[in-house]
Amino acid sequence: MMRMIRPMLMPHRLALIGLAVALVVWCALTLRWDWLPKYLPLAMEGLWRTVWLLAASTFLGFLLAVPLGFAQAVGPWYLSTPARVFCTLIRGTPLLLQIWLLYYGLGSVFPQIDGIRDSVLWPYLRQAWPYALLALTLSFAGYEGEVMRGAFAGVNRGQLEAARSFGMPRFTLFRRIWLPQAINNVLPTLGGETILQLKATPLVATITVVEIFAVSSRVRQDTFVIYEPLLLLALVYMVIAGLIALAFRWLENRVPTRRPGN
Amino acid sequence: MEGLLDLLGLAKSAELLSLSPPGWGMNLLRGLGKSLQIAFGAFGFGLVIGLFGAYGKLYGGPVIRDLLAIYTTVVRAVPELVLILILYFVGTDLINQASEALGYGRVEISGVAAGIWVLGVVQGAYSTEVLRGAILAVPQGQIEAARAFGMPPVMLMRRVTIPAMLSFALPGLANLWLIATKDTALLAVVGFSELTLETRQAASSTRAYFTFFLAAGALYLMVTLMSSALFQLLERRARRGQPSLKGAGR
Repeated sequence: MMRMIRPMLMPHRLALIGLAVALVVWCALTLRWDWLPKYLPLAMEGLWRTVWLLAASTFLGFLLAVPLGFAQAVGPWYLSTPARVFCTLIRGTPLLLQIWLLYYGLGSVFPQIDGIRDSVLWPYLRQAWPYALLALTLSFAGYEGEVMRGAFAGVNRGQLEAARSFGMPRFTLFRRIWLPQAINNVLPTLGGETILQLKATPLVATITVVEIFAVSSRVRQDTFVIYEPLLLLALVYMVIAGLIALAFRWLENRVPTRRPGN
Repeated sequence: MEGLLDLLGLAKSAELLSLSPPGWGMNLLRGLGKSLQIAFGAFGFGLVIGLFGAYGKLYGGPVIRDLLAIYTTVVRAVPELVLILILYFVGTDLINQASEALGYGRVEISGVAAGIWVLGVVQGAYSTEVLRGAILAVPQGQIEAARAFGMPPVMLMRRVTIPAMLSFALPGLANLWLIATKDTALLAVVGFSELTLETRQAASSTRAYFTFFLAAGALYLMVTLMSSALFQLLERRARRGQPSLKGAGR
């Protein structure tokens, strides 16, 4: 604890902290916050939707990234080529374009297909969030698939040979040895990728998903207050990003690793 | 050629994408030009910020170092879209206040200039980190040798540090350039008519969503692939004279 506090007590840092506190107090006192109580329930709903979209798309995207990375690392050419093409396509085009392609493109094609309006899926296909979730998931899978390729290739060869010499079946080897060590390899990158994914979520506001960014835009349009909702929004994103970073640090510390020097 | 298009059922798409007025091809290309202009400007502006930022972080006093740490941390934790809105409003407000104080009245700010300012500030944070890492990777002895010859700091930077760090910085800078080209799409949300917004306008007025979005995707992909190849060439040039590490790890 002291190790974290001591560097904060240097005189120039104390002055900076004082300046920051003064800035926050000035913001709280002189800027307009009267809209806040009215929009708070909507903001909470939006926050929940942001977190939910982030969690679901990273989870599903990671599930998709494992086969993508594995195919690229050790797969035969007829699996590795499509995987590589997919990753290049996703990483080479802007996410906003992908979201719009899926929402407007698929959204305009679906109603023309016979029978789809009577199917059980139709109530979902009419809403925006399935498209948002799909686009975010595919994007995360594309970026993470590339990372997982390196992770699978980086697992120590001896470990795999040892497992094989014990007569482990191929799937058990993958589940017990290869995948856990690959995930261990990517944990630090995964934290950064998750924060990047958080920063991608506001894009879905452009296809009418009401998450936290959309709420702040609505406040701006309704009340003509420009800076306050944006500053609060930036603060909210910083807090979420900080929490993600802390969570991944905790996760990394739980995994026993041999560090150089001890 | 036309028979082939007919055979594939693409005649309608080809007509929509043709460069002369009934087709929207020219609009897309104009959007692409604007996107590239903004990306180029923002990347350059970001590099200038990054160079000063990296030197500030490495050799600056404690206050400058802390302020730069706050800058890079905040920019990397807040979504680009939010930063773009904040910087856009701040930028236009400041310029309008300045011009009103000088007695010119409100001014209209060009989309390209605003886009370059907004994306440049975002890029600056990332390039600060890339360049700082690259400068740290330059062997200390080279910089010390230059100092021992009595080189003034700017000449040292121009003749020793920058050429020596380039090979370390280029992979990171290539990444940043790709991010810059893709981030220009975000300006569509603020209403700049770059490639993505032009595409959306074309798509929604012709109802041919797939055609236009896929065409725009192909244009972006072309830019990405071509610049990757170009950066590979640049990196090979920056690395000339360095011994290859191939097979050294064995």
